[in-house]
Amino acid sequence: MSGPNDNFDPKQVAALDPDAIQSAVDAALAAIAGAGTTADLKAARHDHAGDNSPLALANREIGALPPQARREAGQRVGQARAAINRALAERQEAVSAAELEAALVAERVDMTLPVALAPQGALHPVTTLIDEMIDVFVGMGWQVADGPELEAEWYNFDALNLAPDHPARALQDTLWVDPPSAGTLLRTQTSPVQVRALLERGVPLYVVSPGKVFRADEYDATHLPVFHQLEGLVVDKGISMADLRGTLDHLARAMFGDVETRMRPHYFPFTEPSGEVDLQCFVCHGESVGNPDRPCRTCRSEGWIEWGGCGVVNPRVLRACGIDTDVYSGFAFGMGVDRTVMFRTGAPDLRDFVEGDIRFSRSILGGAR
Amino acid sequence: MKAPVSWLRDLVTLPSDVTTATLAERFTSVGLTVEHIESTGSPITGPLTVGRVLSFVDEPQKKGKIIRYCRVDVGAHNDPATDDVPASRGIVCGALNFEEGDLVVVALPGTVLPGDFEISARKTYGHISDGMICAEDEIGLGDDHAGIMVLAPGSAEPGDDAIDLLWNSDEVLDLDVTPDLSYCLSMRGLAREAAITSAVSFEDPYRHHLPAPVEGGHPIVLESDRCSAFVALTIDGIDPQAPSPRWMADRLRASGVRSISLAVDVTNYVMLESGQPLHAYDADRLQGPIRVRMAREGERLVTLDGQERVLDADDDLLITDDSGPIGLAGVMGGETTEVSASTTAIVLEAAHFDAPSVSRTFRRHGLPSEASKRFERGVDPHLPYAAARRAADLLTRHGGGAVTAETIVGGTPAPHRVDLRAGLIPAVLGTRVDQEESVRLLEAAGVSVTALGDSLTLEVPSWRGDLVDPYDIVEEVGRHIGYDRIGLRVPVPPVSRGLDPVIRDRRAALRAAAGIGFTEILTLPFASSEELDHLGIPADDARRRLIRLANPLAETHPYLRTTLLPGLLAAVGRNTSRSLTDLALFEQGRAYLADDEPSAAPRPGVSARPSDEELAQIEGAIPHQPHLLAGVVTGNWLQAGWSGPAVPADWTHVVALAEGVAAAVGLRVTRRSAEMAPWHPGRCAELALDGEVIGYAGELHPEVVRTLRLPERTAAVEFDLGALLAKASFGGTIGTLSSFPLAKEDVALIVGEDVPSAAVAEALTEGAGDLLESISLFDVYTGDQVGEGRKSLAFALRFRADRTLTDAEAAQARQAAVDVAVERFDAVQRA
Repeated sequence: MSGPNDNFDPKQVAALDPDAIQSAVDAALAAIAGAGTTADLKAARHDHAGDNSPLALANREIGALPPQARREAGQRVGQARAAINRALAERQEAVSAAELEAALVAERVDMTLPVALAPQGALHPVTTLIDEMIDVFVGMGWQVADGPELEAEWYNFDALNLAPDHPARALQDTLWVDPPSAGTLLRTQTSPVQVRALLERGVPLYVVSPGKVFRADEYDATHLPVFHQLEGLVVDKGISMADLRGTLDHLARAMFGDVETRMRPHYFPFTEPSGEVDLQCFVCHGESVGNPDRPCRTCRSEGWIEWGGCGVVNPRVLRACGIDTDVYSGFAFGMGVDRTVMFRTGAPDLRDFVEGDIRFSRSILGGAR
Repeated sequence: MKAPVSWLRDLVTLPSDVTTATLAERFTSVGLTVEHIESTGSPITGPLTVGRVLSFVDEPQKKGKIIRYCRVDVGAHNDPATDDVPASRGIVCGALNFEEGDLVVVALPGTVLPGDFEISARKTYGHISDGMICAEDEIGLGDDHAGIMVLAPGSAEPGDDAIDLLWNSDEVLDLDVTPDLSYCLSMRGLAREAAITSAVSFEDPYRHHLPAPVEGGHPIVLESDRCSAFVALTIDGIDPQAPSPRWMADRLRASGVRSISLAVDVTNYVMLESGQPLHAYDADRLQGPIRVRMAREGERLVTLDGQERVLDADDDLLITDDSGPIGLAGVMGGETTEVSASTTAIVLEAAHFDAPSVSRTFRRHGLPSEASKRFERGVDPHLPYAAARRAADLLTRHGGGAVTAETIVGGTPAPHRVDLRAGLIPAVLGTRVDQEESVRLLEAAGVSVTALGDSLTLEVPSWRGDLVDPYDIVEEVGRHIGYDRIGLRVPVPPVSRGLDPVIRDRRAALRAAAGIGFTEILTLPFASSEELDHLGIPADDARRRLIRLANPLAETHPYLRTTLLPGLLAAVGRNTSRSLTDLALFEQGRAYLADDEPSAAPRPGVSARPSDEELAQIEGAIPHQPHLLAGVVTGNWLQAGWSGPAVPADWTHVVALAEGVAAAVGLRVTRRSAEMAPWHPGRCAELALDGEVIGYAGELHPEVVRTLRLPERTAAVEFDLGALLAKASFGGTIGTLSSFPLAKEDVALIVGEDVPSAAVAEALTEGAGDLLESISLFDVYTGDQVGEGRKSLAFALRFRADRTLTDAEAAQARQAAVDVAVERFDAVQRA
């Protein structure tokens, strides 16, 4: 059909009768109000607002009216359709909200179910502790140095002021490579790295070197033939024992919180003066001493824990590395990492450190898989 | 070193407020750590009493045994007298070695003997035995159980407390003496330290210089410069039966030395007191002059412990006479000239031996002794004569006889001098120390100090061989002022560049390994060749380049590891035996590979930096020690759970470990099939970086799994972490990220079964050109549809450019990709 329809018949437009429109609206609103789901509402929309709904049909008839009547009829139908659309929109919103609400309830899961995309891995506590100790020193501006575990006798002993017949050599039961005349051994301490660092990097030097060390020692709950040390070395102008004490105190506080350190005279060939550093017990803070009611397992109620050896670098060591001892001085210290892990974790038996039970390393995570 | 406190107090007068505990604290504070304080004294409580045997009756029993019923006067403890018996107690005794009137030791009822044995009055052999007459061993005084103890007449009165009479209660400090403070292996040295720490004066009873040589006693010939001085005193007319005095035996026992005989006890006592080892020879058993000389090839000596020792011509310094060796100098004497219960004449030796010589000898023979311990660490060279005289005095005082002749040969080194500026002391200690204080402490230590301004010239006393360098002097002052006087200061290094890259990368690699799901373990690095046999490692494999230890901890594992796998696989066994079966373990650490032609590491001098050549030679002698990482998986990678079935652990997980670790340091590992022990020949991949093979991954060979009793399908990886980290790279560039649409093209190619998927992917990538954004393999199919010996690989290709690609462009790129694969692998596109 094209062009205006001028040839209308008023009798055929009963659909535009106000009563008929009102009843269509009433039926539509009732159907919409009765729709409880999106599907019901979709059906109501089809029936009452769709292309074949009474009002859509009525709308089509408007053109058949005489021009003077079109305006009024158009307004009437338009308002009716607007009312229905508004009701549809409102109802849709309510139905959607209710449906979402229901879905959220229905979709609830037990969020405490175990999840695992991969098994839970872990680093060995010794690795973790070495990292932590390194970070304390790197934070102060130090470097980290590494050295071989199979080491030359010269680095492990001679350069550290341990001549072949030095009685202190006997204190460290050395594992020698066969034949011993080849002069290679499993390092008994991380101190040879001091010498290497001095020879390679020169001064001033602030270096820490963690690693494995080896002794022909017992294998029991408190001894391992292979364990870990962390060695520190500073060589600079004007270095004194105050610098050593300050550094160890800083390390202790960084690792154990508010604890003190104390130093006792001791002997090492590569340091002079030498000392042993004790850590104030970080569990009882010394309160278990002479207090049988509150015994402390960590320090055996002694208040202090033996932590490591230290001292001013013996000028003989510096000379073997070609350092001018009139200008430079230094300090060095070393402590057992495995022992420190024991203090920190309460691990009762050193053998567990090297027997590979998967539970050992994962203990620190605080849970099984 | 065990130090009886009474002995120390005899040698130095300490202020009365210095208790044993204070003394111990002070020793510890100067570096003589007191590990324990022990108490000596009676192990007995209760009325242990002196009694006098008034009368006894021997009463024969069955089997010839005789018991003795005694009336014993125990003073105030007596029962009142009756018509029949005087005031006394009745006691049954099984021993017969006493007479009426003898003084004995009586444990009255209420006495508790060692072993918590309480004495009570009891009825026995028809009498009430109202106590016990004691033998030595019953009261813990000795081993003698031959009869009861009979006290010397007049030594006590009946009723006296026998505990006070028989025991000295003493306290003993157990000190850890460091090797430098060798003079503190003597009561004399410890007494001096005690005096310094308590700021009192000390009179050294041994401060006599070695006199000039004297001949006339037993002839002594020094034929080796390893003996610098030898004093021999001849003592005649000793009563061989004379016992050691009680106080001496007590102190020896408290010091951990057994009392043997007067002559031996005196030498031990004087050694403990002075630090000078001594030896007593039976003069009548010496044949000719004593010669001190090196051992000759093939010579033997039976030492006092009854062992025959084969002597070494290079190391062993001997004491000899015309009969041959009679002692290992400074270590142990020989049997042939030992003093015995009939010795009446003694030659007493006090000599000075070279420390390294004694050290080598006692180590060679595995014969540490109190003497060798002291000689090895250094003995005061002036001491021999003073110590020998002191021993002779004690011996003649308690055993009779007299010194009849002396020989002194050799001499002493010149005193050692140290020059230093007084300012060095506070500079090194990092705290204020006045010159006056330093000088006072040094003089107390026996050092003579000459000061010229702040320039000090020190003459070190003969017993302080450890004070050699200026820094030794600093320590001597430092340990006496106390380290707690030193303040705290944190030194400031030059600016730093943060964590060293190699440490940072290693850390990233290890954290990635844990992140992927592997748990790090550590194992001991000792190895056996059987372990390699079990892995099927062939003879020419690099992992057979084992380094043997000269003194392995266990003969079963005499080598150092060349691979981490045996340790890891042993750990698998340990875990599975503990019912821990789902395992993903890794270890990282060094392996040790013998050089083809091992060289000896030189030992340059230490007075200056070694030359570069020397350092290079040392480096060249140190074996290669690659830093490896190895992983192993068994059981389930993921356990069955609420969300799905178990995921069995397999080769993919160990490959993922290697790839994940590489990715963590910015590297991509390439893989191809390979055959390598101990892996399954069809399930082993070689891992490479830029064409350099760094390791292998895959399922273990079924034979290995069977031999080692591992769980089925155990998979493992091992690669050179050091080589990987050496290539670590955090470089790379970031370009513009295109927001134009993605064009998706899938392609399925039929290729020969043996064609590696990675190679096909590589061909497609090459052909697809720059438009390709990603490629992934999403299906692998074998079966009827593709025919025998063929497989279908389906790839998803994703193209993108900085414009919208037309369908034709995407199709063209896809075709270009397929063309390369077709050409390279004779691939057929699947419809």
